[in-house]
Amino acid sequence: MRDLPSAISHRPSAIAGRVWKYGDGVNTDVIFPGKYTYTLRDPAEIAAHALEDLDPAFAAQAQPGDIVVAGRNWGNGSSREQAVTCLKYRGIAAVVAKSFARIYYRNGINQGLLLIACPEVVEAAQTGDVIEIDPAGSLIRLDGRGYPFPPLSPTALSIIAAGGLVPHLRRKLGLTSTAVVEIGDC
Amino acid sequence: MGHTFAEKALARAAGLPGAAAGQVVDARPDIVLSHDNTAAIARIFRSIGLERVVIPDRMAITLDHAVPAPNARHAQNHAEVRAFVREQGVRNFFEVGRGICHQVLSEEALVLPGQLILGADSHTTHFGWLGAFGAGVGRTEVAALWATGELWLRVPESMKIVVVGELGTGVTAKDLCLHVIGQLGADGGLYQSVEFAGPAIERLSLESRMVIPNMMAEFGAKNAYLPPDGAVFQYLSERRARKLPVSNSKSQISDHTSAISNLALYPDPDAAYAAVHTFDASTIELTVSCPHAVDATQPLSAVRGTRVHQAFIGTCTNGRLEDIAAAAEIVKGRKVAPGTRLLIVPASSEVYAEAIRCGYAQTLLEAGAVFGTPGCGPCMGNHMGVPAPGEVCLSSANRNFKGRMGQPEAEIYLASPAVVAASAVRGAIADPREIVGA
Ligand code: SF4
Repeated sequence: MRDLPSAISHRPSAIAGRVWKYGDGVNTDVIFPGKYTYTLRDPAEIAAHALEDLDPAFAAQAQPGDIVVAGRNWGNGSSREQAVTCLKYRGIAAVVAKSFARIYYRNGINQGLLLIACPEVVEAAQTGDVIEIDPAGSLIRLDGRGYPFPPLSPTALSIIAAGGLVPHLRRKLGLTSTAVVEIGDC
Repeated sequence: MGHTFAEKALARAAGLPGAAAGQVVDARPDIVLSHDNTAAIARIFRSIGLERVVIPDRMAITLDHAVPAPNARHAQNHAEVRAFVREQGVRNFFEVGRGICHQVLSEEALVLPGQLILGADSHTTHFGWLGAFGAGVGRTEVAALWATGELWLRVPESMKIVVVGELGTGVTAKDLCLHVIGQLGADGGLYQSVEFAGPAIERLSLESRMVIPNMMAEFGAKNAYLPPDGAVFQYLSERRARKLPVSNSKSQISDHTSAISNLALYPDPDAAYAAVHTFDASTIELTVSCPHAVDATQPLSAVRGTRVHQAFIGTCTNGRLEDIAAAAEIVKGRKVAPGTRLLIVPASSEVYAEAIRCGYAQTLLEAGAVFGTPGCGPCMGNHMGVPAPGEVCLSSANRNFKGRMGQPEAEIYLASPAVVAASAVRGAIADPREIVGA
């Protein structure tokens, strides 16, 4: 497994990032339009369409390490994983929402994008604020206040610790293939 | 304490004597579904470091999302899917034109009551119409299923929706679903298994039942369930019998029917529900979802007269024979209004052939409708029928998100096929009862 980063490096340490705030019910079609789902493979191209029909400024102006903060049912709709990977490829460090649609949440775990349900901090945070997420301590900090969130399940943590579902499976199946993990279209 | 359908179905799929809501199980699905996204999943699969899938006989693959290929990139994608299907020996492969995955797998009787189907498609909830547990998963998860045959699933909490009374004249299962989602919100069933029950559900035709679990993807549900009855067992056994080499005697079909009914799972009367909601079908009106959210519903009367440029009847939600029949009845002897297009995309080749045999296609063509190849059509903006900026599309689909049909500056309304057909004739959102009664 020499091509795989160690589990330790995937265990998320505290992250501070600038907030992009959105509302309730943001669906997968506005996160990543369906018309691109079967033909775009290049991560940079996928990233360039992130939130295209929600906030045209986002893809151009987001900085690596920024954090998306949103209301209820983020990612409802399609099962498309690009709705997760477009943000990951754009360098987004985490999505903090009041709640997540279930397939989106699974896709986030499987792609190693940090997704946190924490309604209280969503109420408080505004675009441009800087929030700090401490995944190990299950705490988000904003303006000197701490907002706790429920810890991830052990299954989810082990997948995230492995760096996502593909490396997790390779470990489980004892595969030592040195093939590069293709993430272009997943 | 008794068990819900979800607890029973996931216990069975995980080979456990029982399971409770909240428990995480390693489930082995009976069928794993993918479609045009198969080539992308195959690339993920190979990245795991594997050559051969372990469950070729439990895979079902359709080409349906952009068919026939509208451009070179889609053609290349389809070619990669076909090569993968050949290489892995996947027998349940359905070519361009056979139809939409959820409709085709139902027609082919590939999923039976009580079974588990996982699919790289959010509307895999569809299979609840026959009492199966259907849930959508991501592409990487389908690659993992091809690699190991199993996937972790959390047993969901369950919600019960009881529908009493009888739907009014012209009011359909689609109106019921839009009403429920409008009342309880697009996240009203978030993460839950949504069980339907009640006399109004039992009375529905099989094709109308299919609409309900399909639409529950728009309710946030993990899966949805309708209790299967004799009509479901009969539908499946006849279709299974058709595939047998010998002639299908009546006794063979009845053997199949009882074998299939033995698989059915029903919730216990004392099962625990996170919530129970009761709706009176007789109070539900014709309902329309307005741009850009499925739960932005209005009674049809509130949006009547809204100009419609494109009327679309099709999709896994409402592209079946009874939908096309309802449209034909409304347009018979009438014309699609000038300035409006009526686009019909049958959900499968079987539906299309029946629509021709019954004369519905002829009636619709004479009224000025246009037919597309069985498949998803314009549902998700991949294949023709894309609206122009500023246009209004009234659709029988399940989802009206901004940009869903390929044009973010268009507005999508959702309604039943009868409402779509009536509106095509009027050129504006209309009540079908006014037209047929007129
Ligand atoms: S018809 Fe629409 S909702 Fe149904 S499977 Fe196709 S794209 Fe998805």
